[in-house]
Amino acid sequence: MSTLMAGITILLCLTMIVAAFMTVISKSLSIVILSAGLVSLMASVLFLVFAAPDVAMTEAAIGSGLTTFLFFFVLSRIRGGERDGVEHD
Amino acid sequence: MIKRFVVLLFLVGAGVMFASLVVGYTPDSELNQTARYYAERTVQDTGAANIVTAIIVTYRGLDTLGEVTVLFLSASIVGLVLAHGRLLAHTPSTPAARIPVGELLSTGSRYLAPLILLLGIYVFVNGHLTPGGGFQGGAIVASGMLLLLLADPLKQFSHKVIAGVESISGLLFVGIGVLGMFFAGGFLDNRLLPLGTLGDLLSAGVIPVIYTLIGLKVGAEFSSMLANLSELEEL
Repeated sequence: MSTLMAGITILLCLTMIVAAFMTVISKSLSIVILSAGLVSLMASVLFLVFAAPDVAMTEAAIGSGLTTFLFFFVLSRIRGGERDGVEHD
Repeated sequence: MIKRFVVLLFLVGAGVMFASLVVGYTPDSELNQTARYYAERTVQDTGAANIVTAIIVTYRGLDTLGEVTVLFLSASIVGLVLAHGRLLAHTPSTPAARIPVGELLSTGSRYLAPLILLLGIYVFVNGHLTPGGGFQGGAIVASGMLLLLLADPLKQFSHKVIAGVESISGLLFVGIGVLGMFFAGGFLDNRLLPLGTLGDLLSAGVIPVIYTLIGLKVGAEFSSMLANLSELEEL
């Protein structure tokens, strides 16, 4: 693996770790959903770097595309519950 | 305090486990026996240019049938649960309360949605030649449907059409598999049709047919889940 590829891989991994922490720490549910989607998106680029385009396509379409929007659909449905969760924390 | 300690202990434990995996890892210098068989024999056996597709549709076709069944079950359970909720709620829909869709999204979706649908169809029709296939193509088709739903939340997809596409492609998939038992080497054997020349669109036996059916089925299942969810939102 060339130096450039190794650099890209490390950058992707760091972004994934930061996004994963954001998912756990953030109080805003929209940011949580978006950063969880970002983890999937970076994972799909990582699969592409590792020469697995089939897996990368699945991850990009299902993991970062459909799942993120599915969560937003559900979030808009349970809007009333968000305030509740923050108060209990 | 104890809760934090348990979390810390769990994190350290997981860290040690992953570290031992990474430290002891040495990449193989050559393919193992199964991988070598697939790499060497795929072209003679199936005529597919994409080895991953040949494994998914032909060598491990039964597993794919199982995966499709799992997806079908989850789509039907989502439909069942949401339909139950719809029967209980009698409040009329309130379109006035919904946020208006932006100009950018509604105009952009008119250009983008056909392109996304076309890309999805391209991906599953060319599954045996280029990366991707039925599952990926189906998910891309469903994201095109999602864009249409986002642009016009009141849009109603015909559940009859979705269910029809879903069941017909599922039946044909199993039907082709059974035909393979009588006219070719076994269940889901791809040599039911001639293998053709490597790299042609109509080659690799029934792999393109099966992957097109899987793509339609997966796309219909995801679309039905999305349509069910968006209709629930209107209550």
